[in-house]
Amino acid sequence: MLAYLVKRLFQAIAVMFAISLVSFAIQDNLGDPLRELVGQSVSDEVRQQLRDELGLNDSFLQQYLRFVGNALQGDLGTSYFFKEPALDVILKKLPATLELVFGATVIIIGLSVPLGVYTAIKPNSVASRIIMGASIIGISVPVFLTAILMIFVFSVELRWLPSFGRGDIVPVWGYWSTNFATADGWTHIMLPSVALASIMLPLFVRLIRAEMMETLQSEYVKYAKAKGIHPGRIYFVHALKNTLLPVITVGGVQIGTMVAYTILTETVFQWPGMGFMFLEAVNRVDTPLIVAYLIVVGFIFVVTNTIVDLIYGLVNPTVNLARMGA
Amino acid sequence: MSSLTTNTSRPSRVARILNSNIVYSFRRNPVAVVSMVVFLIIAVASVLAPLIAPFDPYDPASIDIMNSEYPPVWVDGAEAGFVLGTDDQGRDLWSTILYGTRLSLIIGLCAVAVQAFLGITIGLLAGYIGGRLDSLLMRFADIQLSFSTLMVAIIFLAITQAMFGSDTFNQYAIYFLIAVIGIAEWPQYARTVRATVLAEKKKEYVDSARVLGFGPIRIMVRHILPNSLSPIFVISTVQVANAIISEASLSFLGLGMPPSQPSLGSLISSGFDYIFSGSWWITTIPGVVLVVLVLVINLLGDWMRDVLNPKLYKG
Repeated sequence: MLAYLVKRLFQAIAVMFAISLVSFAIQDNLGDPLRELVGQSVSDEVRQQLRDELGLNDSFLQQYLRFVGNALQGDLGTSYFFKEPALDVILKKLPATLELVFGATVIIIGLSVPLGVYTAIKPNSVASRIIMGASIIGISVPVFLTAILMIFVFSVELRWLPSFGRGDIVPVWGYWSTNFATADGWTHIMLPSVALASIMLPLFVRLIRAEMMETLQSEYVKYAKAKGIHPGRIYFVHALKNTLLPVITVGGVQIGTMVAYTILTETVFQWPGMGFMFLEAVNRVDTPLIVAYLIVVGFIFVVTNTIVDLIYGLVNPTVNLARMGA
Repeated sequence: MSSLTTNTSRPSRVARILNSNIVYSFRRNPVAVVSMVVFLIIAVASVLAPLIAPFDPYDPASIDIMNSEYPPVWVDGAEAGFVLGTDDQGRDLWSTILYGTRLSLIIGLCAVAVQAFLGITIGLLAGYIGGRLDSLLMRFADIQLSFSTLMVAIIFLAITQAMFGSDTFNQYAIYFLIAVIGIAEWPQYARTVRATVLAEKKKEYVDSARVLGFGPIRIMVRHILPNSLSPIFVISTVQVANAIISEASLSFLGLGMPPSQPSLGSLISSGFDYIFSGSWWITTIPGVVLVVLVLVINLLGDWMRDVLNPKLYKG
């Protein structure tokens, strides 16, 4: 186990190193920090002097090491547009994105488990066929289109739910203000989280169904049935437990996809989170903010992926750790 | 493959294909038949776009801004010349959708061709040579897979666009899209091909080919690859559907095809601004075309997986 842990951590560090190199290369090549500082009206000599002072003429390695050193101390540069530390800008936007992801995750878990189990237990029932048919349509509709169509139906035509923004939010702690404290906040988060969930839900329903059907064929389930254990207990305690293992791995892989989908969902609903901010930063060529976003997202992503892998190694006693670490 | 097909065996080959399991199960499966017909209609219509389309959406001379936002003919206030109405710039929506579908299909197919080429090459090498090279390549594949394509593509295209400026970017957008969707998804193919190569490598025909003195490249390409084709077909259909969705998503974010040369995604995107003013058709009609296109490809992929993957027969 320890060897696996060390190998997994080593891989996480290697990926983080690659992300930092890419981010630094972007920072080095995208835009000119001097122009942002002094504008056009400064002579070449002064420019050269400023470049020396700022260390822009140092070697690539020196600049990279300084970049990493600063990043490790939480200094990811200052946003050109917001005129404040890029990390602060991102941390202010982070709660909005996390709440959106949280809402979507609740919907995904709450629906995919019962639907997946049901379609596995009764694969030939009419309801199962409808669920499976709906799931393939769900996979085929891009997340931004779901979002747009929901806005058209629920905001434009029916006027039931608001189409953009977060509405009334209540400060909780630090930068974190929540949507879940007021009715207005609830109505605002409803459409975005359903849209974000809509693309992942069919995937998980199909996955849980496939795994569950395989588990139901296994000897121990037959044995449990023969023993006369209540079907509900067999399905939800014995079978489901083993079904969820592969689901955890796939869930881990989907974290990166989720990041991309938050960018799309936030753009459609003008949700003031990290994804929307990233696209704005790109349009403004706000290099420090772009770089900071890459590092923060990369970090969240590497940490969650590592944790998911470790949990998988812990909960599954049959997993071959030596092979997984290889 | 051509040297395997001698002229004398050609008629029997056609007969064999018509009598094969695949064709039989295809005829027996109404969903697959309908999907295929719909896909062919969309594909042929988009290939023949320059002949079918009543207007040329790329020709500024045929566009009149005064014609903008006419609804489709079955809605009040429509103009008879524009069957599906017009978009925000006054382009005929039907013509623009035909050209846009063509772009979406071209990008999807070319991106999958790039994926398949990279993935099959890497998968063959990793599976056949094995050892250190195999574990290194598969480690890369794991890492690449965990970063989702869309995330890599968004970040890559966003930075390319910021670096080159949007004019240059728009000019080469189609190549950037094909390259980024193509490169980001190679592990899908590499993993599958590697797995089949590992299984095939142990079989006797490979041993005998080796004993006959054939080189590794010949064995990989001429002997092992043809036996790994069925999983490749299965993933290819799903990959085309995914590539079309990715392209549409990227274009929707403004990181893909420009509004002057819209794919389905950029059309939906340009219509989104007008949905609040009631011009629902600019977004909805291309959206329906996109969903139908992706749906029929996915349904065909589902059918093909059931037919070609014996592992799933038990289900």
